[in-house]
Amino acid sequence: MRRRKRKPWGWGPTARIHTMMDALEGITGVEFGSFAAGPGIGKYLANFGARVIHVESAERPDGLRTHYPPFKDNKPGLNRAGAFAFWNDSKYGVTLNLKHPQGLELAHRLVEKSDFVVENMRPGVMARLGLGYDELKKRNRRLVLLSTSNMGQTGPYADHPGFGSQLSSLSGFSELIGRADGPPLFIYGPYIDLIAVAYGGIALLAALDHQRRTGEGSHIDLSQYEAGLQFVAAPLIDFAVNGNIARRNGNRDPVAVPHGCYPCRNGRWCVISCWDEEEWERFCYAAGLPALLRDAQFATASERRAHEAELNERISQRTREEDADRLMHRLQESRVHAAAVRTMRELFSDPQIAARDVWQKQRHGEMGEHHYRMGSFQLTETPGCVRKPAPCLGEHNEEIFCGWLGLEPNSYRELEKKGVFS
Amino acid sequence: MTMLLEPYRVLDATGPLGYLTGKILGDLGADVVKVEPPGGDPSRQWPPLIREGDRLPESLSWLACNVNKREIQLDLETDRGRRWFRSLAEKADIVLETFPPGRLDEWGLGYEVLRKDNPGLILVSITPFGQGGPYVDFLASDLEIMALGGVMSLTGEEGGEPMRVTVPAAPMWAGAEAAMGALTALVHRTMTGRGQRVDVSAQVAAMAAVAHAPIYWDLNRENPERSGIFMTGRTLTGARMRVMWPCQDGWINFIIYGGPAGRHTNRELVRWMAERDMAPAWLEEKDWSTFTVPKLTQEEIDKLEAPILAFMATITKRQFYERVLDRGMLGYPVATAKEIHQDPQLKERNFWQDVRVPGSERTLRFPGGFAIVNGKRLQVRVPAREPNEEVEKGERRR
Repeated sequence: MRRRKRKPWGWGPTARIHTMMDALEGITGVEFGSFAAGPGIGKYLANFGARVIHVESAERPDGLRTHYPPFKDNKPGLNRAGAFAFWNDSKYGVTLNLKHPQGLELAHRLVEKSDFVVENMRPGVMARLGLGYDELKKRNRRLVLLSTSNMGQTGPYADHPGFGSQLSSLSGFSELIGRADGPPLFIYGPYIDLIAVAYGGIALLAALDHQRRTGEGSHIDLSQYEAGLQFVAAPLIDFAVNGNIARRNGNRDPVAVPHGCYPCRNGRWCVISCWDEEEWERFCYAAGLPALLRDAQFATASERRAHEAELNERISQRTREEDADRLMHRLQESRVHAAAVRTMRELFSDPQIAARDVWQKQRHGEMGEHHYRMGSFQLTETPGCVRKPAPCLGEHNEEIFCGWLGLEPNSYRELEKKGVFS
Repeated sequence: MTMLLEPYRVLDATGPLGYLTGKILGDLGADVVKVEPPGGDPSRQWPPLIREGDRLPESLSWLACNVNKREIQLDLETDRGRRWFRSLAEKADIVLETFPPGRLDEWGLGYEVLRKDNPGLILVSITPFGQGGPYVDFLASDLEIMALGGVMSLTGEEGGEPMRVTVPAAPMWAGAEAAMGALTALVHRTMTGRGQRVDVSAQVAAMAAVAHAPIYWDLNRENPERSGIFMTGRTLTGARMRVMWPCQDGWINFIIYGGPAGRHTNRELVRWMAERDMAPAWLEEKDWSTFTVPKLTQEEIDKLEAPILAFMATITKRQFYERVLDRGMLGYPVATAKEIHQDPQLKERNFWQDVRVPGSERTLRFPGGFAIVNGKRLQVRVPAREPNEEVEKGERRR
């Protein structure tokens, strides 16, 4: 068995060993990015204690601040944007005019003192600004640069602009959502951006670990398109091997039957799935549908599949009289897969989500008290949390440029007058 | 250049909910040893299948998330199997598992036991709801997780049946976020030497897919719901906008946006429509320079969309894709698996990899690793069963 031969970087007399330090304490990163795909990554790291600095320009702030609802009380405003807040909690926010030579120099100084940079500009833009990987590396040999873009840094379509709401169609998801005989349905939000956020976080953390062990930097080229395709790898291989073109098929499943979503009282819904004969039997009794067990057309899984529309109708007739949550609990008590469909409002009252402390409150300068989301994983020794509200535009300029980078207050004011922070 | 996770050994005792985690760590160079029950994972029989000669059918959904691993079989119901497991965990950096909460403890393989043997160990537990809370013992497959995570409520016809993605997505969200959790703990261990346990909830992982939709409720007490082929939430008037447009051979995803990219797209589209005499005069004369979406009413949107709907019906997906690429417009066709395989961009970036099936002459075309690191595409290798003894000795085959 190969064990790690060298001691991990950071071990030794100066390493801080105490019980409640943060997982990523001592790691700093700078973001040149906007919307969800870039900033979403830094948010996860910031939740676990990394210092993450979100760089914007005051002239062209993050697009989520300017043209994406929801705004607090439906009143648009740079510091009232919910979507911006959602992907930028726990970070520092600064503004820099990267087209001003002294603004560019300050960006370099931020990067010099940092461990990683995340950028999601169009490929080539960072280099044109003077912030390409080669330039950054000259001043910080061990830097990890994550470039995440629509279609990757290379290839004939690298420059093509796009949003996740549409890339989700190019990467096959839309084709796989909806009834078999209906149109492809819209999948909410910038779905694929969020897949790329997970893969971006993964690549970045692996590169930071490598940096900590070896002192070496890395450049990661992440295509949001290719990240999304990872989630549909099975149908892609199915085409390559068997020539099958996967299609949407409602809520049906090739293994479980029944496998569907059933209407309940008050416009609510409950999903139910049965994975073997025993579970099917338990379901029929627990749902109060023992007659289905005596019906020849539902006698075996293949019979049930052959008559699935009829089966779903029979189940629906019963569930319409039920409360979705009570049905879920009753079926689960009989060891049957079942779950109430949660709406966005219900995500705030679901007891399991509450038990995990997913929604964490912070008081935002302009929006007042509101909630931020923690991710799906928790660490027992170094738990993450929402550390502070999303920054107002340029909120931490002085704290970062004077406090952290060490600019004298006088030179800060001078640069400010020159428009370096605009 | 070595791979980023080259020095690490991962012991992967997951079922379908956690398959992707080990695959991702393997993509990045970790040595992932997958533990299966005697006879192999039951999901090796799940469709879609590859059939070849007299060999057993192999599940492609299983294979998709189990490449870049080595495999052994252990019977954890027996003392002998548990001893093997413990000895493998002692030599691992990360253990991944998806057993029902409490099962490892019942087997005498709980975190406290494993940690005594290996203080730096990171144990990653991936379950539908995490290790505690009121749903801890609930049964949940992809469907139940997508329901309780809120994702289904946003997909489907307005007022109609909530929909999941036909290909299971919850195990993907859970598997990917678990890899992020594992690596957060790993970076911490590299800096301090300390291992720990990582508790992953697939329900919360799936919530990533609803994006910022819950914030409409949190800020303004609006509850976003599904709206079929339309998109809501982009206007302050409550108006909805079309996303899916029928074309000659399928569907196109096109959305009227404001902002610089949106305005450029709208101008280009009208120019294209005019070339084919399909742009009404008022649309050709429209000044896009200050066009913005949030204040549009439903009536204004319907008026804008009507001629575009008529135009889209006359073009093909390929014509649309070529035009948007050529003119830098926003929008994409609704692609099928076949069309994705034909995309020149993916070919140029060496995305596809032909990998040999062990014990066969056949190669399978796989989606490649998820990123290019220092100029090199992460690679995919198809797994082979290995004798337990060899794996235990720690020999690594490449």
